[in-house]
Amino acid sequence: MNQQTEKRSGWSWWYLLFLIQFILLLWVPFYNSAEPSWAGVPFFYWYQMLWVIISAVLIAIVYVATDD
Amino acid sequence: MAEVNWTALIIFVLLFAFITWLGFAAAHWRKGDLDQLHEWGLGGRRFGTIITWFLIGGDVYTAYTFIAVPALAFGAGAIAFFAVPYAILIYPILFIFFPRLWQVCHKHNYITSGDFVRGRYGNRWLALAVTVTGIVATMPYIALQLVGLQVVIGAMGVSGSGYAADLPLLIAFIILAAFTYSSGLRAPASIAIVKDILIYLTAFVAVIVVPIQLGGFAKIFAAVPPAKLLLAVPGPHTTGSYTGYATLVLGSALALFLYPHSITGILSASSGRAVRRNAAMLPAYTFMLGLLALMGFFAIASGVGSLPEYAAGFKEFKNNFAVPALFLHSFPSWFVGIAFAAVGIGALVPAAIMSIAAANLYTRNIHREFINKNPTDKQEAQMAKWVSLIVKLGALIFIIFLPLQYAINLQLLGGILIIQTLPAVMLGVYTRWFNDWALLIGWAVGTVAGCSMFVSANLTPTYVLVVGGLSIPGYAALYTVILNLIVVIVLTPVFNAMSSKVFDETAAADYLA
Repeated sequence: MNQQTEKRSGWSWWYLLFLIQFILLLWVPFYNSAEPSWAGVPFFYWYQMLWVIISAVLIAIVYVATDD
Repeated sequence: MAEVNWTALIIFVLLFAFITWLGFAAAHWRKGDLDQLHEWGLGGRRFGTIITWFLIGGDVYTAYTFIAVPALAFGAGAIAFFAVPYAILIYPILFIFFPRLWQVCHKHNYITSGDFVRGRYGNRWLALAVTVTGIVATMPYIALQLVGLQVVIGAMGVSGSGYAADLPLLIAFIILAAFTYSSGLRAPASIAIVKDILIYLTAFVAVIVVPIQLGGFAKIFAAVPPAKLLLAVPGPHTTGSYTGYATLVLGSALALFLYPHSITGILSASSGRAVRRNAAMLPAYTFMLGLLALMGFFAIASGVGSLPEYAAGFKEFKNNFAVPALFLHSFPSWFVGIAFAAVGIGALVPAAIMSIAAANLYTRNIHREFINKNPTDKQEAQMAKWVSLIVKLGALIFIIFLPLQYAINLQLLGGILIIQTLPAVMLGVYTRWFNDWALLIGWAVGTVAGCSMFVSANLTPTYVLVVGGLSIPGYAALYTVILNLIVVIVLTPVFNAMSSKVFDETAAADYLA
């Protein structure tokens, strides 16, 4: 197996970056609170909405890193 | 119900007329020979990144979601926000697994997940299990799309007695059936663009205008009862709502792209790269979904639940009336027409894709496999067109003659059923290690266990697992797919010891770009 076939095997270690969002969104006690609130929005809500943006950025990073 | 809201109704009807025309005209868009199944049922696999974005967006974020998620926030509170982490985590899953499925399906002209399983494992019974699961899980989903349509039609004051009450729904469905039959997947793909523009417009206007009317976000959240604002903190000896929430998020996320309509959307893309790009671009919809979920709280804060003019609507549609009532309360009639049309058209797009996906499955993996083994291209496409009509008719009969609760229960069960195809389909794109008979037995065990958990939890998807005095409430889909996987892993070496023959018509290179 040369470098070329290894790379094209489809799996990339970059995918492990996605683990961050799985852990931080599935560990509910971490964010089930009203404080710190932001502009009147409880933490529970703005934290999860913020992750929509961060996760899109993470996927974009992995896309660029694995696109050949 | 109150009088007919003519301004809203006229705008609604005009927009519907426009998408009807668009649905038929779509047959000529990127023209292909619609007598071939991959042209009718997959749009010729020609949709680039942008169209795929609209199509999968139209698939995942359905009218039912727009009504039901805010309704849940209105009625039950914080738990409804599970839709947001769910719609975040689906995209890494899409990114890792599904471009490979696209590649292999493109290479071998597979049109359904059943086709892939048949080719990968050479086992027609395993393919049949995947196919039947897909069709059964999709049917109640189609029926639920009609609920969104029913609610907005009712909210405009259109009503009648007896079967006349269902006439508007019948008209909408005839339109849907006709353009799906004639244009195939091109119809929902083109209509999805209109739908999304309207939905985005509605969501952004609502999220700006309503908080201004209500005096800002701080006031809105202050109006929500504390018990609804956050998840209940679990008591002793139970993980309570925490595992309930987390397993619902993960189980739903794993199940989503196994649904036939999701796979149809993915396979109609023009390249695996378009699928990967979409995994990065589709979260834009998730942001909107979060805004829509908050509208359940807007509805609480606006007090529409106790206003006499909406009492009849809430009586008929329960909490599903929360968002329509909020729109009627906050917007001028002409904008209500646009918002309701967005929901109504938002029902037609996924309903069309779902019926096409179910038709593709029946045609390819039941009819061709077991009844007519050598159909011509034309016979095959014709069969799919007829089946798409039958599937929709079934959904219509379901919603008119049976209580709504049946459709809701069956759709919840559908998630538990479809996730059982995960080992064969999703893991199957990375490994051929699993034995096909082990996969079939794992599927059967997971399905039976899932149905029993669902029944024993009084037709709800949350099952309480008790481990050494600790109660762990969780989504039955996640519990049973783990059981399924354990069975597959234990039985694979057993079956392999009995026979060393491994069938696989796909090669490792077929999965790569």
